[in-house]
Amino acid sequence: MKKFIQNSPRAFLLIAAMLWFGLYKTLEPFSHVLVKALPLESGSHSYNALQFFFYDTPKVLLLLAGVVMVMGMINSYFTPERTRALLAGRREGVGNIMAALLGIVTPFCSCSAVPLFIGFVQAGVPLGVTFSFLISAPMVNEIALTLLFALFGWKIAALYLGLGLTIAILSGYIIGRLKMEAHLEDWVRNMPSVTATVEGDTLTLTDRIYAGFASVREIVGKVWPYVLAGIAIGAGIHGYVPQDFMAGLMGKEAGWWSVPLSVLIGVPMYANAAGIIPIVEALLAKGASLGTVLAFMMSVIALSLPEMVILRKVLKLRLIAVFVGVVATGIMLVGFIFNAVV
Amino acid sequence: MKNIKVLGTGCANCKNTLKLIEEMAKEKGAEIQLEKVEDLQAIMGYGVMSTPGVVLDGKVVHAGGVPSRDKIAGWL
Repeated sequence: MKKFIQNSPRAFLLIAAMLWFGLYKTLEPFSHVLVKALPLESGSHSYNALQFFFYDTPKVLLLLAGVVMVMGMINSYFTPERTRALLAGRREGVGNIMAALLGIVTPFCSCSAVPLFIGFVQAGVPLGVTFSFLISAPMVNEIALTLLFALFGWKIAALYLGLGLTIAILSGYIIGRLKMEAHLEDWVRNMPSVTATVEGDTLTLTDRIYAGFASVREIVGKVWPYVLAGIAIGAGIHGYVPQDFMAGLMGKEAGWWSVPLSVLIGVPMYANAAGIIPIVEALLAKGASLGTVLAFMMSVIALSLPEMVILRKVLKLRLIAVFVGVVATGIMLVGFIFNAVV
Repeated sequence: MKNIKVLGTGCANCKNTLKLIEEMAKEKGAEIQLEKVEDLQAIMGYGVMSTPGVVLDGKVVHAGGVPSRDKIAGWL
């Protein structure tokens, strides 16, 4: 196997893709057979719940593995150093759009947010452009998008993608316009500026395949319990909690205040994209409206108290307040627009 | 004796990196001086943007993510 990947990486990818697709197509009939074998009455509540669970679990995990594999390979082209070189010296506007888009494909761990921030600013990436990247990278990511697609359909996933990018671009642009460079901590401003350079990329296609494998192991290994929880909630909870449990608080009938309230609750909370999905699933199943739930989800992923504490080391309080204020306002607008349109 | 510094602000991957290097050094019986650098200014001084980073005898040899076992073996 190792030799095969080494010698003909293209053939390996092709065969892997075909296997993946074939497997994906057999999931539904297979789940029917599996559930039929159980001593349950066809069409009963528990029958339907199990059918849903046995079909959705492998479907979501397979989708996730496929997407993470491809993204792992794409990520290997976009190191933070290369992204920085692409963004250095860009004008605002175009720079913000590029930064938000690069935020999707550049590998990013929330613990690297601050070193990344300093590295960008040091190399002459404008402050607003840096923020566009910093907002987009955690919020618009392949895991959130895949899970939204698998559980709620492509329309919701596409809306999340479009609105997430819009918030990142506009928030970064506004922060740039406010000219807040003076509100960086002094030691950051006094750091010697560096020239962004990129070392030649020596990775082969085989290396990238292994990079893909590594991210599948790391990411799918970490998020599968959340995925299972989300699907179990989707499959099981329907009968047990009244359908309109959340409707009064987060539903259409609730007042205008339900969106800001959701964002207010979501901002200090922190969960990764996978961890929030079970909650989203439960809220939607219980009659909460889509805009309110998406606003909640975005505020949990994009803004968090631990992140603010880390950012405080490089930003003065006023800039943090502006950052939170601008992003939270954008998220609230998304919630309102969604609720009005859907 | 080799001096290895792990750069990181204390996230899970940084701790894993430290542990893995410690483990492998013990396995191989390699004598190393292992340090953890958590101070942000010091980390930035090495020009590392994505943590965890690894510095071997004053030179950055790795950045962004837990290094593979093969890579660590090469350093020891």
